[in-house]
Amino acid sequence: MTASKGDGMPPANVSIVLNGERRRVAAGLTVAGLLRSLELEPGMVVVERNREILARDAVGATAVEDGDRIELVHFVGGG
Amino acid sequence: MEMTSRPDRPFVIGGRTFTSRLIVGTGKYRTNREMVAAIRASGAEMVTVAVRRVDLDRSVEEGILHHLDPAEFFLLPNTAGCYTAADALRYARLGRAAGLNDWVKLEVIGDERTLLPDTAATLEAAVELVAEGFKVMAYTNDDLITALRLEDAGCVAVMPLASPIGSGLGVVNPYYIREIKRRLSVPIIVDAGVGTASDACVTMEQGVDGVLMNTAIAAAEDPVGMARAMKLAVLAGRDAFLAGRMEAREIAVPSSPRGGMLE
Repeated sequence: MTASKGDGMPPANVSIVLNGERRRVAAGLTVAGLLRSLELEPGMVVVERNREILARDAVGATAVEDGDRIELVHFVGGG
Repeated sequence: MEMTSRPDRPFVIGGRTFTSRLIVGTGKYRTNREMVAAIRASGAEMVTVAVRRVDLDRSVEEGILHHLDPAEFFLLPNTAGCYTAADALRYARLGRAAGLNDWVKLEVIGDERTLLPDTAATLEAAVELVAEGFKVMAYTNDDLITALRLEDAGCVAVMPLASPIGSGLGVVNPYYIREIKRRLSVPIIVDAGVGTASDACVTMEQGVDGVLMNTAIAAAEDPVGMARAMKLAVLAGRDAFLAGRMEAREIAVPSSPRGGMLE
């Protein structure tokens, strides 16, 4: 997580539930930033935020907000 | 003039022509390398995949798109593991959002022990998915009435089971499978229950349009070898169906002339 600029205050965190686990992430993070921090390629995952699918072209403009429930899914082997 | 066999019709589902009547799953392989080799050996073009959470700790391997090229195979997202119509809709929409296509293998399970489908929930989900523009291939029981309703709902293929998922019991009710094939116009693909090559052959001999399998190949000692056997069995069963089998009799009929014997 990057520190906030300028004022010397510690970076504010928000609490989210990511794939069923509670996590704290930096405030102001976008979904694209969240994927980057997890080293996930945006083209390889689908993001569901609060039960709504987030379009690929919206991940850069969508902020992660306190209380968000985010699911990151992809294709795995199956029959 | 040389005698040739009657040509087969192209295998078309939802307006798209497929080169192979064998459709395979990608689950339960020991390694991704083995999975890809087996799928190539099977000759399958359509390949099913599941939608699951990304493992954020990376203790499990990465997504299947790192191993299967959507340009080489037609990837069919499934709703496996869903027990309600609402869950199946959620998984289908997530699968479509991956951006590959708008097809889905709809599967709504009703019972954990048998993994038999919840046919009422399957039908409910099929109606909604068709309305949302999905091309729905519906896994169902070998029940004619449900199959007819799924066709009416607009499914592009109806996929009755041969026997329970992963059981390897083969076709337990060939009469019902044949009747479904006779009564529906959309492609009938037998999905689940095939255990070995003879099962695949018998399945295709019922006159169905295709067969979908996963465990029979993935759980074989040599999946690549079994994949090749399945490819040949599906071709053999289809050819035998098209060729029209002789009538079965319970008494012998000699193949050589009765006449012309020596005194």
